[in-house]
Amino acid sequence: MNVPTMAEMIAQGKQPEVLFWVGAAGSYDDRAKKITRAFVKVLHQAKVDFAVLGTEESSTGDAAKRAGNEFLFQMQAMMNIEVLNGYEIKTIVTADPHSYNTLKNEYPELGGNYTVYHHTQFISKLIEEGRLTVNNTTLKGKRVTYHDPCYLGRANGVYETPRALIRRLGVGLTEMKRNKTTALCCGAGGAQMFKDAEKGDKEINVLRTEDALETKPQIIATGCPYCNTMMTDGVKFKEKESQIEVKDIAELIAEANKL
Amino acid sequence: MNYLPNIIFALILVAGIGFFVKNIQKIIRNIKLGKDIDRTDNKSERWKNMIKIALGQSKMVRRPLSGVMHIIVYLGFIIINIEVLEIIIDGLLGTHRVFQPIIGNALYGFLIATFEVLAILVLFAVTIFWLRRNIVRIKRFWNKEMNGWPKNDGNYILYFEMVLMSLFLIMNATDVHFQEAGIGNIISQFVTPLFSSFSSDELHVIEKGAWWIHIIGILIFLNYLYYSKHLHILLAFPNTFYANLKPKGQFNNLASVTKEVKLMMDPESDPYAAPPEGAEDEVPEKFGASDVADLHWVQLMNAYTCTECGRCTSACPANLTGKELSPRAIMMKTRDRLEEVGKNIDKNNGKFVDDGKQLLNDYITPEELWACTSCNACVEECPVNIDPLSIIIDMRRYLVMEESAAPQELNMMMTNIENNGAPWQYSQQDRLNWKDE
Repeated sequence: MNVPTMAEMIAQGKQPEVLFWVGAAGSYDDRAKKITRAFVKVLHQAKVDFAVLGTEESSTGDAAKRAGNEFLFQMQAMMNIEVLNGYEIKTIVTADPHSYNTLKNEYPELGGNYTVYHHTQFISKLIEEGRLTVNNTTLKGKRVTYHDPCYLGRANGVYETPRALIRRLGVGLTEMKRNKTTALCCGAGGAQMFKDAEKGDKEINVLRTEDALETKPQIIATGCPYCNTMMTDGVKFKEKESQIEVKDIAELIAEANKL
Repeated sequence: MNYLPNIIFALILVAGIGFFVKNIQKIIRNIKLGKDIDRTDNKSERWKNMIKIALGQSKMVRRPLSGVMHIIVYLGFIIINIEVLEIIIDGLLGTHRVFQPIIGNALYGFLIATFEVLAILVLFAVTIFWLRRNIVRIKRFWNKEMNGWPKNDGNYILYFEMVLMSLFLIMNATDVHFQEAGIGNIISQFVTPLFSSFSSDELHVIEKGAWWIHIIGILIFLNYLYYSKHLHILLAFPNTFYANLKPKGQFNNLASVTKEVKLMMDPESDPYAAPPEGAEDEVPEKFGASDVADLHWVQLMNAYTCTECGRCTSACPANLTGKELSPRAIMMKTRDRLEEVGKNIDKNNGKFVDDGKQLLNDYITPEELWACTSCNACVEECPVNIDPLSIIIDMRRYLVMEESAAPQELNMMMTNIENNGAPWQYSQQDRLNWKDE
């Protein structure tokens, strides 16, 4: 795939329209890498002039901060801000709500001021600007339910943008009983992704998957690589993986547009 | 003329209000044990929040049945207080229904009728509340942190309200002149027949008795607040005013850490340099919170405001899956510890003497703290904008930065971030490999 880095861009004397912040999951996790590539395909189709930091990108520090390690978080933040400001980055898009939240809300006070988009917001913007159209026939009639990532929904109040994108696909969107402000977490946030759950009688991702299964979906859509992992595991736990797919909205759009 | 009742009334009133003020001062002092935080920005939005959420109860009605019932009790409480004003004046001056001649029969009748209707509605609503707690046994009222006092407290408040409303109606029903005048006795006229076997002298005694017990009951209830979860009727207002206005996902950046990180990253700084004059005596700031005094005052006010409704806990993914964590318990334990610290200060002439206890471990366990997914469901749910999550994160900060006591897997995750810029053990050089796979 043609994915220029900032270093290459600058060497050619160019400044991209937007920096794509890939994030750790999007860079290393096999499932999340598919989301990353799907989003890049969408960016290519809309002819967006973008770049990534590549090997110069490092953890935003979100997980460290939520785990209580403010030191590590601020070290990461300040290093990243040095790189971003060095490249005079103004606009950032990311497919990870955790990176989105941290870059948008927690970096400014430390000297990093950027316009930050979640990829669903950025794709919506491309559509509004007439740079991208979504094919509403490929996935027509599919039953979809949407799982709100906490760091996009409650944390930042983004509920409608992802749903509007899903509706553009021509699919049937059915809400779970807990949705938007009352959506149940997938269980990954607050650094839980990286540890075993505390003692309890159930896994959170299983409970959330049960919410989703009640809507009898063919596709569980979400907008977060960590939610994706948790819901995929939940669907496997319920032995429904042959009937239900867990997909990122970027993947659904790439699929609809046959990219 | 015999002034004895007036004097007794005045004494009871002064004592009742005096004790209440004393307790409120204690609460304010305890809240001020918290660290400073500036929540005075954006005043217009703060007022708007207070009017909408505390006065307007906008978050209560998200759960329609309990929300509407609550609004009835709340309106009853506020509006019937106008009648309490008359009762106080009557008590002090020895008058009887002093407002009636002043505002005229029509308006007086209308007001009393309103109070009576509200009183019966409140009776109805608190009965529903009682049934929900004790017969329907809604789960959030039976979580383990509700065992003992909290459960009784919830019921006592309902009994108080039932008794006060009944006394108000009985007082009107047995007021012979009031019933004969027939103005505003819209509900109490149906209570009067219950007392038909009594002579008018006896009725007068019952009326006076109901009147006295009613006003003394109100004063007792006022003083009960301090010992109860019911403080929310007052604190909901400042609590919503001073609540966080930033996006819920935004956690504060510790300024003390920023200072040190900047120093660490500054190539000009000399790590071996002698500290500046006087700096040796400075106690380095504690990172995070292990006790109530490490929290900021809004967090402590949150603890006093919590009315233990449990909406937070009923939405908490950790609690729903059987984990130890309950956001409501976080608030209750914070208040319990704060009360303990306050009593310690009272006992030791205004100074806190180390009691070998703290909020962490003695009240809130690491197991609770590590169960949180930081999903903000509790913050979103709270009808008065309490923020249990901020306390959980501050305590995690203490565990990690002061005690290095994170779970082993999280230590590995953090080591990875430190070494290779990702929570997993992948080389930073492989960060762009996805584009060619």
